[in-house]
Amino acid sequence: MEKVEDQNPQQEEDQVVNPWEVSAKDGGKIDYDKLIDKFGCQRLDQSFVDRVQRLTSRPPHVFLRRGVFFAHRDFNDILDAYERGQKFYLYTGRGPSSEALHLGHLIPFMFTKYLQDAFKVPLVIQLTDDEKCMWKNLSVEESQRLARENAKDIIACGFDISKTFIFSDFDYVGGAFYKNMVKVAKCVTYNKVVGIFGFTGEDHIGKVSFPPVQAVPSFPSSFPHLFSGKDDLRCLIPCAIDQDPYFRMTRDVAPRIGYHKPALIESLFFPALQGETGKMSASDPNSAIYVTDSAKDIKYKVNKHAFTGGQETIEKHRQYGANLEVDIPIKYLNFFLEDDAELEHIKKAYGAGRMLTGEVKKRLIEVLTEIVERHRRARAAVSDEMVDAFMAVRPLPNMFD
Amino acid sequence: MAYSKDQLLARLKELQIEFSQYEHPVVLTVEAQAKYVGNLGGALSKNLFLKDKKHRYYVVSALADTKVDLKVLSQRLGLGKGGLRMAAEEALVEILKVPLGCVAPFAVVNESARHVSLLLDQGFKAQEYCFFHPLSNDMSISLNAHCLDKFLKSIGRDPSYVDLEANPPVGKDQPPDLAAFVPSDAPILSDLPVKAPTQDSTGKHVSAASNSAAVAAKAIKPSGNAQNVKEKPVNTVQPSIPAADAGNFVEELLDRASALLLSEISEDSIKQHSGQLGAEVANNIKKCLREDLKNLATIFKNTAYTEGFYAGTRYQPKRL
Repeated sequence: MEKVEDQNPQQEEDQVVNPWEVSAKDGGKIDYDKLIDKFGCQRLDQSFVDRVQRLTSRPPHVFLRRGVFFAHRDFNDILDAYERGQKFYLYTGRGPSSEALHLGHLIPFMFTKYLQDAFKVPLVIQLTDDEKCMWKNLSVEESQRLARENAKDIIACGFDISKTFIFSDFDYVGGAFYKNMVKVAKCVTYNKVVGIFGFTGEDHIGKVSFPPVQAVPSFPSSFPHLFSGKDDLRCLIPCAIDQDPYFRMTRDVAPRIGYHKPALIESLFFPALQGETGKMSASDPNSAIYVTDSAKDIKYKVNKHAFTGGQETIEKHRQYGANLEVDIPIKYLNFFLEDDAELEHIKKAYGAGRMLTGEVKKRLIEVLTEIVERHRRARAAVSDEMVDAFMAVRPLPNMFD
Repeated sequence: MAYSKDQLLARLKELQIEFSQYEHPVVLTVEAQAKYVGNLGGALSKNLFLKDKKHRYYVVSALADTKVDLKVLSQRLGLGKGGLRMAAEEALVEILKVPLGCVAPFAVVNESARHVSLLLDQGFKAQEYCFFHPLSNDMSISLNAHCLDKFLKSIGRDPSYVDLEANPPVGKDQPPDLAAFVPSDAPILSDLPVKAPTQDSTGKHVSAASNSAAVAAKAIKPSGNAQNVKEKPVNTVQPSIPAADAGNFVEELLDRASALLLSEISEDSIKQHSGQLGAEVANNIKKCLREDLKNLATIFKNTAYTEGFYAGTRYQPKRL
């Protein structure tokens, strides 16, 4: 029996990780081991990474190699089935609360694109405009507009239009999707949902009835235009670990309504520029690198706002070396510097004091600027018509090719 | 090309705008300016050069003691909370062509500032005259708001005054009241060629792997989309949707491959690999370019699919 965690919002000494809040204990670092333990998911160890490499005949993604995607539920089942010739589909999403996307937002999408290419499987992307309308008190029109704007940045991550369906809740909920929502809702008591998500008597009923919306894209019958007749198709959900509560609930319900439990593959939080005490916030411009930042902005932000583990003086630094545990540039390079050998070299030299903070920052600025530039160019090629096409309810005949 | 102080003063005289001028040592702050012209009866101004997350710029000109809250202003412009910040000094020089400490309503006179939005404090109207820097910090000129309007109209600007201290609620039923002040045109950066958005250029404009292509692409795209959104007639052909151009696509691939090739072949690499250089370079090119080219190909595929999809939605079935 899987652990279904009941969240107790009263325990303030513990770290808080849920879809609406992420904060570490006493302003320290997030303890991921404790989190895995508390949530009841599994660590993704090296054997998985090797297996993925074998099955896909290509080098594993940098996020897998570096342990950015570090936890999972039932990923081994997905791989077993894949080995037997049974494909799966991917499901990920975004809550469009702001136009300003930062690199932290792109991480699950970058990884999902890799999974789509490596395993040659289709993907559904949910834009929870209804959720943001309810939680952030946006108007319906504004949240729909943001959903479309965010869709453009998502498309810019390089998804294949012949294998990808993007939908917004306001547009798509209804029909088979809604039928599944009701089936799920019938299986989750009010008390249960309060326990999982921490709702109170003051929360409006929209919030309380939202979780099924995020649950049902895990079931292929929610998309009859795509997966009709394929009720057995498994689902893999790449997401950040704070989304786990939704899917714990979903996995609990799935067997009761005759569906496969969705598998999950979960990532760490991308640390804020100022340090590893939580996740980046779209409302603090200096906590993150935005996809709209210019090369100058990136240079400025990294130089002025990145929290480093370097020593205060050059002499001290040469003597003691940098504290790699807290150094943000090293952490960012861990996410984005493709070359394993170069990263190792930098870590060694910086940790020993041979390399200075300025040099590490300079390399980081190069890497980030290239990523943001590439994203911007891809984004410039996304037209409104392309968004319409990605979001059209249409068959995807080549989705497994 | 940039307007100088003397040119501005000459222009004001040409337009028969009444003003008084006062020279003083260079000042960078309102306090410093007050030392020289504070006792002359007029009102001092404070001027902010701001930018938002989408690189649009604003000059906010207010009475020195008007309270300007950037958070409130940001919301009233519809940029959300914290959408506005002080622009960098480089932007000041590049776009307004004025040095630090010298921002004023006059600074929008240059071509480069065409898309900078101007917000004026309605408090100016109640004053007999107000002090501004005329594109230089070693002088202040005083003039009546009415006269300022005359100048602004002469450069094609519509002078509108705003209650900068107001804090109206912004929400579902109350749209941001200053939303009209957000520049709607694509921001033009002064050191880039400004292309008029044509049908072809909204397509695969990733022709050269250079920064200007990327930014020009960014500048062109919004207008291209504005075109698309406005015209939605049912049976006319819509040529404005971006086209998947095979020629451009191939040029881009070849450009990248040859750039990499050239960088791989050097005296050192020839010495190092001699006969094996060909194989070595071929391998490196594959390794480095694989992902990049796949991404380009995906963009091309998506664009072509979109064209087809679009055509499909307007397809007229065969008459039987």
